[in-house]
Amino acid sequence: MVLQTPPLEPVESIIPLAEEDLTRKDYASDVDTRWCPGCGDYSILAQMQRGLSNLNVAPEKMVFVSGIGCSSRFPYYMNTYGMHSIHGRAPTIASGLKLSRPDLMVFVITGDGDALSIGGNHLLHVLRRNVDVKIFLFNNRIYGLTKGQYSPTSELGKVTKSSPIGTTERPLNPLSIALASEATFVARSFDTDPQHLTATIERAARHHGAAFVEILQNCNIFNDRAFADYTDRNVRDERLLYLEHGQPMLFGEDKNKGLAVSATGLRVVDADGPDAGLILTHDATRPSPDVHQLLARCSYPEMPVPMGVIRQVTTPTYGDYLDSQIEVAKFKNRHDVAQLLKGRSTWQVE
Amino acid sequence: MTTTSTQANGSGGSAAPIQERDRVTVRFAGDSGDGMQLAGNRFADATAVFGNDFSTLPDFPAEIRAPAGSLAGVSSFQISFSKHQIFTPGDEPDTLVAMNPAALKSHLSALAKGGLLVINEDAFTSGNLKKANYPSNPLSDGSLDSYRIIKAPITTAAVAAVEDLGLTTQNAERTKNFFALGLVYWLYDRDLQPTLDWIEDRFGRIPNIAEANRRALYAGHAYGETTEIADAHVRVPPAVLTPGEYRTITGNQALVLGLITAAHLTDLELFYGSYPITPASDVLVELAALREFGVRTFQAEDEISAIGTAIGAAYGGGLGVTGTSGPGIALKSEALNLAVMTELPLIVLDVQRSGPSTGMPTKTEQTDLLQVMFGRNGESPLCVLAAKSPGDCFYMVLEAVRLAFQFVTPVVLLSDTYLANTAEPWPVPDITQLESIDVPYRRLEHVSAEDFEPYKRDPDTLARMFIPPGQPDLQHRIGGLEKSDITGDVAYSPENHQRMTDLRAEKIRRIANFIPEVEVDGPESGDLLVLSWGSTYGAVFTAVNEARAAGHEVAHAHLQYLNPFPRNLGDVVSRFRRVLIPEANTGQLRMLIRANFLVDAEGYNEVTGQPLSARQLTERITQMAAN
Ligand SMILES: Cc1ncc(C[n+]2csc(CCOP(=O)(O)OP(=O)(O)O)c2C)c(N)n1
Ligand code: SF4
Ligand SMILES: [Mg+2]
Repeated sequence: MVLQTPPLEPVESIIPLAEEDLTRKDYASDVDTRWCPGCGDYSILAQMQRGLSNLNVAPEKMVFVSGIGCSSRFPYYMNTYGMHSIHGRAPTIASGLKLSRPDLMVFVITGDGDALSIGGNHLLHVLRRNVDVKIFLFNNRIYGLTKGQYSPTSELGKVTKSSPIGTTERPLNPLSIALASEATFVARSFDTDPQHLTATIERAARHHGAAFVEILQNCNIFNDRAFADYTDRNVRDERLLYLEHGQPMLFGEDKNKGLAVSATGLRVVDADGPDAGLILTHDATRPSPDVHQLLARCSYPEMPVPMGVIRQVTTPTYGDYLDSQIEVAKFKNRHDVAQLLKGRSTWQVE
Repeated sequence: MTTTSTQANGSGGSAAPIQERDRVTVRFAGDSGDGMQLAGNRFADATAVFGNDFSTLPDFPAEIRAPAGSLAGVSSFQISFSKHQIFTPGDEPDTLVAMNPAALKSHLSALAKGGLLVINEDAFTSGNLKKANYPSNPLSDGSLDSYRIIKAPITTAAVAAVEDLGLTTQNAERTKNFFALGLVYWLYDRDLQPTLDWIEDRFGRIPNIAEANRRALYAGHAYGETTEIADAHVRVPPAVLTPGEYRTITGNQALVLGLITAAHLTDLELFYGSYPITPASDVLVELAALREFGVRTFQAEDEISAIGTAIGAAYGGGLGVTGTSGPGIALKSEALNLAVMTELPLIVLDVQRSGPSTGMPTKTEQTDLLQVMFGRNGESPLCVLAAKSPGDCFYMVLEAVRLAFQFVTPVVLLSDTYLANTAEPWPVPDITQLESIDVPYRRLEHVSAEDFEPYKRDPDTLARMFIPPGQPDLQHRIGGLEKSDITGDVAYSPENHQRMTDLRAEKIRRIANFIPEVEVDGPESGDLLVLSWGSTYGAVFTAVNEARAAGHEVAHAHLQYLNPFPRNLGDVVSRFRRVLIPEANTGQLRMLIRANFLVDAEGYNEVTGQPLSARQLTERITQMAAN
């Protein structure tokens, strides 16, 4: 059967906008936050409230679903509907909710353990299915809530409470996982760049389809400064690559370096040197995730760490397909319950 | 013992006198590839049209195609039909159709001495005999002397009948099930027309296959007519059933129809999240074909996701349903507990199968009762119902949905492999006569923020104030952490946890005020009460009646509501000197009854993967009643 491809619609056409202008405060609940002072989650909360207020969608039309972890306490602090569910399973609840209530905007808040360990299977499938939910993975490379065991993103050899002489397992790269699942929106941002984070959140929220955002988040209690080598203010320009669709992949204090293709992946070239012409222009909309995967694999210290929207392609969502199947079936077939109850044939007993 | 061995000689025309019987049970057995399920289902259809009451029991291997001719690959289909109302597919067949040696070997022990064997003698080759571990050919070594036998060259006769149609050998041989069916139709005086219609409907687009099946059917019928078969031509007069329009239904079909009807009666959209598992997969498969009813089926990546999506749909205000079997329930437990804590109206179908672990996926058991009652961490009460017959699955789905919404609670409905696959005649319900199902949150549409608290409760049902997302000014968060009474905020206080634990338990207990009392069939008090639940209803009912016919006074009560129990149950069980609880498990309901009512209930327990045997149960009941 050929799938019917329904037209793609902007957020506004599915979810009604609020009448008055909304501000950050309209999205903040009156529940007291319970994270440790200095935790990166505070900044993410503030930027989420700010980023969503730019959409002007009424908070009652939004639902935050989370799993379990420090990060997953997030829904309590949003003045939206929400469910703090069970460890790793938020994508499933969010899927059922969004598919049966297309009029709601559905967000998933998850951690590196929640999304990639216990809930790894669900993450793959929600992205592969392109269910229209926005997933924010707060990656602190540690289990925060259970007090400091290593997580699936902790680096090999990392000393933690449950690996006193270092871990013996290699970490997962969340972006690679998302791209391998052919996610239609893949981005990265971090807690200490409020402007970039707000913009990334807003873009994810506006995406039609499953959006995956990895947010590097500092856990100052159990894994302090996990990303400081490249996110600290004084080294950012040199060590981060801020991606913009349609712009050359340049970085460095004076934008004097860029990325070009090499035989084995990507390489850094001098923007003023002979290979300047080979510097790639970022195309987030490329249907193939090949270059996106190469970007996702760039890591410090060999390469600059990419930030921003790595991939954004538009294809019908699971819900689009499902709804159009229902519409077509309703148009084509009888749907009379009394008739259905009779089945293929009945007989009369006198 | 009288033994008659009727050798079919394939010639001569005779009109053996037709005999009348009240009830007959026929079992078709053959290789998985022999089309026995198809033959059985056609026979059931013809029986329905003829007007007998009937009940069927398909039994097939878990392997899709075990090696041809092997014992592991035997598939069977039993049908019992009667001029009276019947409640089981019969214990022992009167007639066994054995399409090959493996089928004979696997099923002969079920056939009563003197029973009729219909045998495909073509399949009794030395190779097939070896595969079935027969040291010598039972057709010639005298081991079948105590049965009546029709040895028919079923394969060769079928192939001869379709010879000039240009079929491949394989396709020609495939028609042998229709030949066997035609022969059995003659034996039991069935009309060929319903099957001819079905062939046209199913194969009309491939004319030579349709024609081949028709010819094989006629040929089998003619074979019966022209072969001298002494006292094998039997007629079971039509049953006197309540007048009305009937159809055939299996338990799984009834679950599907129940869900669609519940969506109609609640005016909600149905969301069904499921991961394929025998014997529950049919429900997913059949619902997926009903998009025109607005059904959203979701084939999840695992059972956890399946229930997660159903919880999401329920939270959104829809009719959120998940369905599975025992192993899937085990995976769903944690999420089921989330639905208990968040108090959401969720429907969980558990089509039980034989365990533990993967167990025997295609065999029946009632072994999940305690799992669904207690298989979760913490004090986690929820409502548990069980269907008693294939058709009852329909009505119990409506009950599950009614209670889930009225009490804002997860409800588990138990069915099992036997109910799932068994077919029976079913009076088609009149949709206009079914009561609509109330969805309380609709009445909260205009509730103000001042009057709203997510865990404020209805004084009668203790149902919480559930409203789905979307309503302005009522934004709130729920979740798996303990909730503060009334406000639903996260709470850790000892008093609150005690109060919430008590409230959750009391809410489920109060369901008892809104369900029917258990009825006692027979004396209201006395020496012996037989108490049953779920799919054993038919066997227990039959056994109790047999015991009564033998002059014993026995009462019978059957439970469709397992948690909470009907409010008069304690009183009922205390009025009898002895209580017998037959179950297809090692005594799960018995444990609950003993614990709840301190009665010294006794068990009759079979865990064979097969439905309870009414005959053995009758013996037990008569023994007990005589003491
Ligand atoms: C079934 C289950 N297993 C284990 C836990 C314990 N647990 C709670 S949070 C967590 C890890 C959280 O780590 P992460 O997802 O990285 O979140 P963070 O706290 O770092 O934000 C674990 C193991 C649980 N709540 N449920
Ligand atoms: S433990 Fe770490 S992640 Fe959790 S709240 Fe404290 S700082 Fe934040
Ligand atoms: Mg973490």
